[in-house]
Amino acid sequence: MTSTAVVVGASLAGTNAARTLRLEGHEGEIIVLDPDLRAQYDRPPLSKEFLAGNLDPERIMLQAAKEDLGLDVRLGTRATALDLIERRLSTQHLDGTLEFLHYDCLVIATGASARRLPDTAGVAGVHVVRTVDDSLSLRADLEAGPRRVVVIGAGFIGGEVAATCRGRGLEVTLVEAMPVPLERALGAAMGEVCARVHIDHGVDVRLGTGVERLETTHADGHERVVGVHLTDGTFVEADVVVVGIGVTVNTGWLEGSGLTLDDGIVCDDTLLAAPGVVAAGDIARYHSRRFDRSFRIEHWEHAIAGGEAAARRLLAEQRGEAPTVFDPVPWFWSDQYDRKIQLSGRPEATDIARVVHGSVDEFRFVTMYGREGRLVGVLGMNRPRHVIQLRGLIEEGASFDDACARAESM
Amino acid sequence: MRVVVDFDLCESNAVCMGIAPEIFEVRDDDFLYILDENPSESLRAKLEESVQRCPKQAISIAED
Ligand SMILES: Cc1cc2nc3c(=O)[nH]c(=O)nc-3n(C[C@H](O)[C@H](O)[C@H](O)COP(=O)(O)OP(=O)(O)OC[C@H]3O[C@@H](n4cnc5c(N)ncnc54)[C@H](O)[C@@H]3O)c2cc1C
Ligand code: SF4
Repeated sequence: MTSTAVVVGASLAGTNAARTLRLEGHEGEIIVLDPDLRAQYDRPPLSKEFLAGNLDPERIMLQAAKEDLGLDVRLGTRATALDLIERRLSTQHLDGTLEFLHYDCLVIATGASARRLPDTAGVAGVHVVRTVDDSLSLRADLEAGPRRVVVIGAGFIGGEVAATCRGRGLEVTLVEAMPVPLERALGAAMGEVCARVHIDHGVDVRLGTGVERLETTHADGHERVVGVHLTDGTFVEADVVVVGIGVTVNTGWLEGSGLTLDDGIVCDDTLLAAPGVVAAGDIARYHSRRFDRSFRIEHWEHAIAGGEAAARRLLAEQRGEAPTVFDPVPWFWSDQYDRKIQLSGRPEATDIARVVHGSVDEFRFVTMYGREGRLVGVLGMNRPRHVIQLRGLIEEGASFDDACARAESM
Repeated sequence: MRVVVDFDLCESNAVCMGIAPEIFEVRDDDFLYILDENPSESLRAKLEESVQRCPKQAISIAED
């Protein structure tokens, strides 16, 4: 019996799910929907090399989209509603065409969108970085040689944009509402080290201050940003403002569908959200036994792993096979200047953080995170081999002290 | 099969080493070394996974 698989979202998780469905035996149609006409591309370069140089969008096509797998990829088409009982999607094409689409099995991978500052839509010079078009329009503004760029939010994407702007020789102010950047992800001590990397590279870093409002002018019928008023009372002149204050999940179209939504689609520990329906990537919330937490992971590798696992979950269901639990150890990287920041696991601000290798002052080190006597995370700065090799210890559930001893002897 | 790495693209993040340590090694000089340029067929699955997971799309497989 052939069945129709529909994949909603043609980015990293969706594309890898579609590829896995096909390569691992789904014989029927595979329809992939995405409103973004430039899909299927890779996002990490959008704040790094794509923003830094003059790469064509074709150069950042997803690896998983490069084979001919006989998929029916419908760009310009958005899913607008889901009927779980009828197994039917409502879709809308950019040209206004509405269509129902039947599915036998469904992958939801609609990811997330960049959060914006209120009342900034349409203000020239104000950017977020999530799509190719976002990055192209920011790139054009950077090429015009702004006197100063203000980056709001010193998370990973904000940090990368700041680094890329410095690489272009631009003056940068990096504004962070928290007293230490990345504290939630890396803890205060390591967040402080990340802030120092920017200061060392000549970035004007403003911590513990938020944005009061943007200052704009009107010229030729356009509103354009000229600076940022901060909550500490200071004013920073800027021709370009980049907002990197996190994301909101793209679950709006699923309201009322019957799926459980809670900052993401709530899945079981095999990524199943409802019979015949799986979710993957930035949008999927699931319970990790390993970390005893329910979370969403916004990492590149996790979107690939999740897409593959979600596809296998559907195939297992079709074949009446036992499903596999999805619980990999997350891995993440961020490139800023000549520093490679990498993280295995899932640390929290309250974990013990111990530097076990190298030197924080030289920005070349390995830090281990422990919680209740167990290793839960490994952070490296310019120590990629260590982070990858020590990831295995998190997988094994190693004790914190044993793991630190192992790391110190590496 | 032969392992091909575009070293202009590779940024030594060691993802491939995590998947296929028999083939790839990032050393303390922060460079990637190919330990086995012509791996046996039994390593194909790991090599293919490395191709998919390389964040820089620096790895390819040449069939000879
Ligand atoms: C600038 C930037 C830099 C990054 N750098 C790194 C990095 O260095 N390292 C790292 O580990 N991770 C990085 N990430 C994170 C990584 O790219 C994401 O985790 C990954 O893209 C998630 O993939 P996804 O497929 O789940 O979701 P997304 O990539 O968000 O894709 C969701 C897709 O769904 C589509 N969609 C939305 N709504 C609908 C709808 N109603 N119907 C149909 N389609 C819809 C969207 O158009 C989009 O194409 C970065 C992200 C960004 C934005
Ligand atoms: S995964 Fe790719 S970028 Fe990373 S070390 Fe291997 S070849 Fe280089």
